[in-house]
Amino acid sequence: MTSSAAVVTLDHVSKRYGPAGTPPAVSDLSLTIPAGEIVVLVGPSGCGKTTTMKMINRLIEPTTGRITIDGEDVMRLPAVELRRRIGYVIQQVGLFPHLTVAENVAVVPRLLRWPETRVRDRVEELLDLVRLDPATYRDRYPSALSGGERQRVGVARALAADPPLMLMDEPFGAVDPILRDRLQNEFLRLQAQVRKTIVFVTHDVDEAIKMADRIAILQRGGILAQYDTPDAILAEPASEFVSRFVGADRGLKRLSLGRVRDLALTSPTTARVGEARADVRRRLDEAGAEYALLLDESDKPIGWIERRDLSGDDGVTPDDATPGSPTLQPESTLRDALSAMLGSSVQLGVVVDEAERVLGVVSVDAISEVLRAPAATVR
Amino acid sequence: MDFLAQVLAWFTDPANWTGNNAIPLRLWQHLSLSVVSLAVGVAIALPIGLYIGHTGRGARFAVAVSNIGRAVPSLGWLGIAYPISTGLFQRAGIGFLPAFIGLVALAIPPIVTNTYAGLRAVDDELREAARGMGMHELQLLMRVEVPVALTVILAGIRVSAVAVVATAPLAALVGGGTLGAYILQGLALSDEVRVFAAAVMVALLAILTELAFAWLQRRAVSPGLAAAGDASWVEPPQLPAGPAIVPS
Amino acid sequence: MTEGEPLFRLDWVLQHLDMLWQRIGEHILVTVIAVAAGFVISFGLALAVRRYPFIYGPILAISGILYAIPSIALFVLFIPITGLSLLTAEIALVSYTLVILVRNMVTGLRGVPPEVIEAARGMGYTDRQRLWRVELPIAMPIIVAGLRIATVTTIGLVTIATLIGMGGLGYLIVNIGVQRRFPTATITGVVIVVLLSTAVDLGLQLLQRRLTPWARAHEA
Ligand SMILES: Nc1ncnc2c1ncn2[C@@H]1O[C@H](COP(=O)(O)OP(=O)(O)OP(=O)(O)O)[C@@H](O)[C@H]1O
Ligand SMILES: [Mg+2]
Repeated sequence: MTSSAAVVTLDHVSKRYGPAGTPPAVSDLSLTIPAGEIVVLVGPSGCGKTTTMKMINRLIEPTTGRITIDGEDVMRLPAVELRRRIGYVIQQVGLFPHLTVAENVAVVPRLLRWPETRVRDRVEELLDLVRLDPATYRDRYPSALSGGERQRVGVARALAADPPLMLMDEPFGAVDPILRDRLQNEFLRLQAQVRKTIVFVTHDVDEAIKMADRIAILQRGGILAQYDTPDAILAEPASEFVSRFVGADRGLKRLSLGRVRDLALTSPTTARVGEARADVRRRLDEAGAEYALLLDESDKPIGWIERRDLSGDDGVTPDDATPGSPTLQPESTLRDALSAMLGSSVQLGVVVDEAERVLGVVSVDAISEVLRAPAATVR
Repeated sequence: MDFLAQVLAWFTDPANWTGNNAIPLRLWQHLSLSVVSLAVGVAIALPIGLYIGHTGRGARFAVAVSNIGRAVPSLGWLGIAYPISTGLFQRAGIGFLPAFIGLVALAIPPIVTNTYAGLRAVDDELREAARGMGMHELQLLMRVEVPVALTVILAGIRVSAVAVVATAPLAALVGGGTLGAYILQGLALSDEVRVFAAAVMVALLAILTELAFAWLQRRAVSPGLAAAGDASWVEPPQLPAGPAIVPS
Repeated sequence: MTEGEPLFRLDWVLQHLDMLWQRIGEHILVTVIAVAAGFVISFGLALAVRRYPFIYGPILAISGILYAIPSIALFVLFIPITGLSLLTAEIALVSYTLVILVRNMVTGLRGVPPEVIEAARGMGYTDRQRLWRVELPIAMPIIVAGLRIATVTTIGLVTIATLIGMGGLGYLIVNIGVQRRFPTATITGVVIVVLLSTAVDLGLQLLQRRLTPWARAHEA
């Protein structure tokens, strides 16, 4: 599974559907798509995203300009050969209804005349990769699949001949938001394994931010408004258009790029069940803090105890703590962290590891610090 | 019941099983004429329908063919074929040839119409996916468009086949034999038994043809398309709802 | 066809205009009887289906079988009972119109959106008022479409009834044209049939538009 990823360049590419003089669908677009990255083309409807993408596999031919894949001019290659080397996923998936799942996945390998045993092995491998049990799904027809399963088969089919480049036109556009989120996550995990160069089209800014290594924002007429990492675009939109397109909440959106693990964690004052209250009070005084985090025997957090609830001399009981404070994982996005913290009384987030042992806490201040920082400090 | 007994007697009369008016001979004439006419009709109509359906070029021609197919009665095809075969071959059009020409002409419109309409109904996204995966146009046609449209294409051939089998009796009018010979003889001789017996055979042949194609359709069409339903007749978008072809 | 006989002789046509008109008249009469009878019976069946939906399956099955029987066979199958008569011809012709008309009428009536029926109920229409003022007008385009197909079909099928002596223009095509080897008659007969079908089809199409002005916007 390690066919090297391809570098794609667009060099002053324009596309005009009508005769000379009509406004172009894509104007003088130059982009370099680095190997192994997900580049998302995003922009309002009709801005030329699909046109741009289809010029790469020559479903549409550019009017002027040059497109190369690994330095090779696409116009020099026979179109069908070019396309067999590029994975292609469209919004409606376009599974062939008369073929089984296995046969759908096998289309390109068979066009390439792979030996049957190799085709069969490859199909199994790909179905595993997209988390569809081959025994269950191999012989099903697309009509017997759910929307999400179809999408996955579509992705497997595009990956079949192990192409160094994949083109995906709104691949998750036709599914509901919850499923879309899951497919996005799965796809990102998959990409971490296969490391293809991916050109991904969407009109959804949030999807672009989530999926992209780099985002190309297009303006009507296929004009490139900005081409940069999601973080840079959110931190410093290049124009009025970009900042309107990414939305007034771009600060919050930036937070979804950052992870809790990127923040410096602080150690809270802790208390244990059965410990004398006076001892806890003393530690709070030393730390100058108002709250102590109550832990059980295995270091799992139970809840926060406020200083004024610690009068008296008996031992600390679990009932003293305010329960329900949500915990965060290092992988949680800062956006999720913030919203969890705002919902709890203490406004501190408790970060735990897989065994739910406390790793430390983060504060709202630490997160807003990130928002003030320039691009590229997150991620 | 008396009448049905006479019909049965007709079928078992040895005189009807030998000579140049024998049941096997008439059946053979009927079937060979039908099969040859249908085969030639398919050979002409299918490529035309595939070309128009795949390229979208000549759609008007397909619609015209379909309209002509509706307007000209089955009898009309045979009637016209007779002077045509005479004119073409410079001899009195008798026997096989005029009937053959008429039946071929009868078979063509439903096949052109259905093949064209079937291919046009294939989702564009499938074409885009196929091209995007690197299929040649011919691969797109043979591996995607035809299999997906197969139900509708076969339905067109089935309609033609039934129409040919059902109209073949008219070949008797131009001396082409077939089971129609019994009908004409019977009408001329006021022999109702013979007419009835022949009509029953013609009806059975037509129904058998229908069933044979229904079976073929089930066998040949991918089970993945079964959910799409049984398109026994289709309509090009220009025509109102109803059967694609007149009864034969 | 005798040696040297031309394919088409206009003079023959002109000389026999009276006979042609007579055949056309006969053809139209046989057609109109079949379509009218078929329409009335189909309407009755469609109303019955509207009330008792479960009878639709059996009706479709029976009419489907009738439809599968070749017209040549159907025309002669009833001779032992009804003889060489107009009735024999009409039995066959009406059978074919039933399949088309019942199917379109039921489809049309069932195609009325439930919310429209709901609204009509809510406004206090009786069942009969709802049928005549709401459901039938909405179903009209599909019903007239069925009528068009049934009529054109019948015009073609009548030619075959010439086998039992009721063929109108079929008489020209077969009895004069083919059997006496006289292509002029065949061609004349076929052309008139095609013109007749086309004219009737266009006429009914116009009627359809007249009856349903609101449907015009949908046609594109
Ligand atoms: N085949 C075509 N012929 C003429 N114009 C076209 C064609 N395809 C696209 N266009 C026009 O080119 C422009 C860009 O279209 P394109 O499909 O690339 O937009 P898009 O960004 O993918 O939009 P969407 O988000 O709606 O999919 C649009 O104005 C569109 O109308
Ligand atoms: Mg698009």
